[in-house]
Amino acid sequence: MSDLAVLDTPQGADIRRRRRRLVRAGVLGACLVYLGFLLVGPLAGIAWTALKSGWHVVPDTFSQTDVRHAFYLTAIIAVITVVVTGFFGVVVAWVLVRQRFVGRSLLNALVDLPFALSPVAVGLACMLIFGRGGWFEPFFAARGIQVLFALPSMVLVTIFIAIPFVIREVQPVLEEVGTEEEDASRTLGASVTQTFFRVTLPNIRWALLYGIALTTARSIGEIGAVLVVSGLTQGSTETATLYIYRAMEDRLFSEAYVVALTLAAVSIVILAAIEWFKHKRIREDET
Amino acid sequence: MSEPIRVEDLTKRFGDFEAVRDVTFTAEAGSITGLLGPSGSGKSTVLRMIAGLETPTAGRIWMGNEEHTDKSVQERRVGFVFQHYALFRHMTVEQNVAFGLAVRKMQKPEQRKRVDELLELVQLGPFRDRYPDQLSGGQRQRVALARALAPRPQVLLLDEPFGALDARVRQELRRWLDGLHREIGVTSLLVTHDQDEVLELANKVVVMHEGRVEQVGTPNEIYNEPATAFVAGFVGSANVLHGHMVGGHVQFGEHRVAVSDELEEGTAARAYVRPHDILVLANGAEGGIAQATVERITMLGWLSRVTLRLDGGEVLTAEVPNEDLEGVNLGARVRVEMRRARAFRAPDAVTPPEGTGQQRAAGDPPAVPE
Repeated sequence: MSDLAVLDTPQGADIRRRRRRLVRAGVLGACLVYLGFLLVGPLAGIAWTALKSGWHVVPDTFSQTDVRHAFYLTAIIAVITVVVTGFFGVVVAWVLVRQRFVGRSLLNALVDLPFALSPVAVGLACMLIFGRGGWFEPFFAARGIQVLFALPSMVLVTIFIAIPFVIREVQPVLEEVGTEEEDASRTLGASVTQTFFRVTLPNIRWALLYGIALTTARSIGEIGAVLVVSGLTQGSTETATLYIYRAMEDRLFSEAYVVALTLAAVSIVILAAIEWFKHKRIREDET
Repeated sequence: MSEPIRVEDLTKRFGDFEAVRDVTFTAEAGSITGLLGPSGSGKSTVLRMIAGLETPTAGRIWMGNEEHTDKSVQERRVGFVFQHYALFRHMTVEQNVAFGLAVRKMQKPEQRKRVDELLELVQLGPFRDRYPDQLSGGQRQRVALARALAPRPQVLLLDEPFGALDARVRQELRRWLDGLHREIGVTSLLVTHDQDEVLELANKVVVMHEGRVEQVGTPNEIYNEPATAFVAGFVGSANVLHGHMVGGHVQFGEHRVAVSDELEEGTAARAYVRPHDILVLANGAEGGIAQATVERITMLGWLSRVTLRLDGGEVLTAEVPNEDLEGVNLGARVRVEMRRARAFRAPDAVTPPEGTGQQRAAGDPPAVPE
């Protein structure tokens, strides 16, 4: 009781304020140490190790054909993945929000499956389906199409893993904007296609771009599933992440670090884009 | 050119739920017809079916001599104004108004000319480059109206257009819409739950309740000659007295009130009396049909609302001009007279009750709304 009486005086308020400030500083400090140790530390480590023998390692590394091919392959896979998951992501999100049908909630739950499944398991499943004795193997073999240990399977597993991103970003926005604007568009004489491109798409554009940025980041960084199905043919089915994996085994540390640093730099650019899209989307939500 | 709208036996079922049932009415060319009813009465569904946004389960829709029942939304040429404006949030005012012209591939200079006309009509010329979120509610609804009118629709459908606005803006906009309609004279159908709105704007009113039409008439008819108990209770406020018919009167408790409706002797019935048809006789005046005590007096500007408790226990609301309030004080004993009472058969009673004074049924319209 007497303690409280002291705290009620102006000096007491001062003490409480100081105490609160101290607690806040403590929590902030803990966060900074935690994130610094786990996020910034490794990044700085890669940068320092890669560049410690001089900047010349960067042109040296990129002059190697298999490095350039690895980045080319990563880019190809990312672009195809973005196009496919972007298109189907919007379609699936639209169906999940606007259509009522039996099994809708099951489908909705299924969308998250790639988040829960280990990428290595995804790769393995792909092996089983397209590999020797798999369901689809005779079909593609008869047509001379190499699926496994080639680009098609690598794209396929990456798409599988990236399916949820666009859907999960677009879905809530579609839900929130509702159908009134689309109804208005139709009563004003717009066709279904005109309504989609002039009204629906502009309303979901930031969410879609956000989903695409996440998809890009994820497909560039993917290794587990791709590792299983790629067959690891140097200079042919080797993505940037797989290059790092092999370079480490071959004790090509300098090259591994430079490629890793490049991937990290790309990720930071994508991260910046994500932040910007998120900001845009939130700003539009407020209106 | 403006066309009349006719709907015949329009029915809409959502699964087992019948939202609209056998609705028939005509909205005359060039006039405003009101669709009035509480929420869930199916009035918005009727409007959406006329626009083509919902498909009727049964029934037909005509605009002029053309049947529209199976036409697509695009082909119908209706202007639709939504309660929450439904403006395209990523487009400026100008782009919003031009939308219906642009999707019909009108030439740019013509589009611009039509948009100018409409922005002038709704007095929003200086706001053409603003986005919807930079406008007030009233301005947004004016943009929505301009947008709906731009492609020269045959009919204008308004779904609770003032519902999301505050009272003052609503009044202003209502008056403004009235003037605008006189100018352009497009056949209009106004859905609302606000009776003041239809009484002020509409030439004709369709009262709906639980998916059915209760009454079609002029504002005067639905107010002064309600066809059903629901209309009597919903349009304007009314005191409801539960009783049964005795010699051209409704007998409730120890009292009886004369009614103009002829119902079978002994039928369970309800008398509906408007608050301004209840006269409060104070200062020991004689006459009236019952003795009552003044329980509450609320000043409402030029008149006051007086709550009375009859000696039989019934509570009545009267609206009395302030100049007639002399002697009407809290707790005062007064005589009560009732004019223009209407009687309707109680919905759940077919056989005359034996010797009971008062019947109370659940689920009836409230005695005095608000």
